[in-house]
Amino acid sequence: MADKTIDRIARATPPGVAKRVRGLSDRTIAWLFVGPSIFLLLAINIFPLIWTIRLSFTNFRVNRVNAPIKSIGLRNYERILSDPDIWQTMQATAHFLFWTILLQVLIGFTLAYLINKKFKGNDLWTTIIVLPMMLSPAVVGNFWTFLYQPQIGLFNYVVGFFSGIDPSSFSMIGSINLAPWAIVIVDTWMWTPFVMLICLAGLRSIPDSIYEAAEIDRASKWRQFWTLTVPMVLPFLMLAVLFRGIENFKMFDLVVQLTGGGPGSLTTLTSIDLKREAFEKWRTGYASAYAVILFVTVFGMASIYVKALNKVKDR
Amino acid sequence: MSGYSITEPSKRQKWVAGLLVTTYALVTMLPLLWVIATGFKSPADSIAYPPKVVFQPSLEGYVNLFTTQTRISPDMEATIAPPQTWYEQIVRDKGMVIAGASRYGQRFLNSVIIGFGSTFFSVFLGTLAAYAFSRFKVPIKDDLLFFILSTRMMPPVAVAIPIYLMYRQLGLSDTHLGMILLYTAVNLSLSVWLLKGFIDEIPLEYEEAALIDGYTRFQAFYKVVLPQAATGIASTAIFCLIFAWNEYAFAVLLTSGTAQTAPPFIPTIIGVGGQDWPAVAAGATIFLLPVMIFTIMLRKHLLRGITFGAVRK
Repeated sequence: MADKTIDRIARATPPGVAKRVRGLSDRTIAWLFVGPSIFLLLAINIFPLIWTIRLSFTNFRVNRVNAPIKSIGLRNYERILSDPDIWQTMQATAHFLFWTILLQVLIGFTLAYLINKKFKGNDLWTTIIVLPMMLSPAVVGNFWTFLYQPQIGLFNYVVGFFSGIDPSSFSMIGSINLAPWAIVIVDTWMWTPFVMLICLAGLRSIPDSIYEAAEIDRASKWRQFWTLTVPMVLPFLMLAVLFRGIENFKMFDLVVQLTGGGPGSLTTLTSIDLKREAFEKWRTGYASAYAVILFVTVFGMASIYVKALNKVKDR
Repeated sequence: MSGYSITEPSKRQKWVAGLLVTTYALVTMLPLLWVIATGFKSPADSIAYPPKVVFQPSLEGYVNLFTTQTRISPDMEATIAPPQTWYEQIVRDKGMVIAGASRYGQRFLNSVIIGFGSTFFSVFLGTLAAYAFSRFKVPIKDDLLFFILSTRMMPPVAVAIPIYLMYRQLGLSDTHLGMILLYTAVNLSLSVWLLKGFIDEIPLEYEEAALIDGYTRFQAFYKVVLPQAATGIASTAIFCLIFAWNEYAFAVLLTSGTAQTAPPFIPTIIGVGGQDWPAVAAGATIFLLPVMIFTIMLRKHLLRGITFGAVRK
């Protein structure tokens, strides 16, 4: 792209004019423009990342400033990978990821499909549906704890009203069976619109002519849906899943405010566990190793996934 | 009205779709409306059972949110002046006096400073970088772009440890500048990617014409390209602002007081006897309202920005 650009400018600019073009050279401007961003990202992202990796091989604790930093090799990693609590946390995270993504894809795609029917007033309703994803997850988590109150909360009241169950007989965030679903519900409420918008972009990218051709071939509506609509939207849908996957794997604010990881450690997702190790138990070295493992997991899964995504795109 | 088309949904399909989407939207809206309403209830109404839909509006929640209060003791009774204003009256009715302002105002102001500050820098740096990526031959460009994107995959909690240590060394911990720099860096990836998309769409011919007219590259950039990219820059700015406004993890881990924004503060609002839900709801409402108004006003641009970002990558 850039090569072409420069070629075109060179061709469009006669030699006499080129001499008159004053000021800094393109190369200097390019570095001047990109430099500050790269510098900032190196300072605030890459440098800390390298630091985290270095700390992960030590027994450093932030709250013990005077203790010497001792290198302990891979012991932090060994300890993490053999800790049953970590596996429990990973499992909770996996459950959370599975259900939120499944629900968000199903509801999000359905909504996009319906909105694409271009009924009257869809613009207004789309805006309202999109609102939750613009809000602060921590504040949202906090006010959902109010909605989930057994005695006074709106959620319990509405459920009680429609099902006849006594609203004060169950607590969404206090009960072992319901707490994981409490966070799944709020996350779905908040992020389904994101999946919906991306699906909508996908649906709108399908040219009408394809359906017209299918109609001439007498393909049934059902067949058109499965052989045209779904494959055309699939790359978009997979992209939405990638974004939601990465975001929910990092999930912290919403869950901290909603359940605080409880009851017990039932809804303790990896980020919450990591925060406790790093900023409550102050086991800095150990937490760093934990962070590296998480990063490698996200990065690895995302890379494999992107490969699959590209295959689908190229089809 | 366009002519008949095979792909145009039937009247019945439109009706069913409209009904289902409307239902979903109403259900979505219910929690938000409930929180806004709770901000205007009295503490007693807020915990009434069954939940009260019709209630006597009260500003008690807002008064509690913005003030700290002390109970009037018998020996104070003789010395205090009668209430001068309506909010002093509200507090007095509960047997309290206003002792001072609460920390909510300060936290909200921090959100404004850090939100707008970081938005300015990430859009400024992002525009420059995006222009260079869009128009010049930058060495290892694809790698740099991927690197910029990958900075978003790191969980905030993971980089927070070294940033915490680094900021402590540099004297940046719990400062506005420190948080502005941090949020600028976090938003840069989004900013560069979105803006590159917008600038790619501006025809090259405009700049070529300017260059032939004797403009320098730099002049062509700010006199020709910048005005053309204005809408793109504005919608990118809104996204950066919304992120910085809503961010919680870094704020709670790296700040303790001076530079703490509102999201970590709102959940800590506690009343005299148990959680003061109207005050919490009032705090949340004031904090959420700007974003809600933004979203409604700028919906066309916002929706385009989200899907655009998705399609690009």
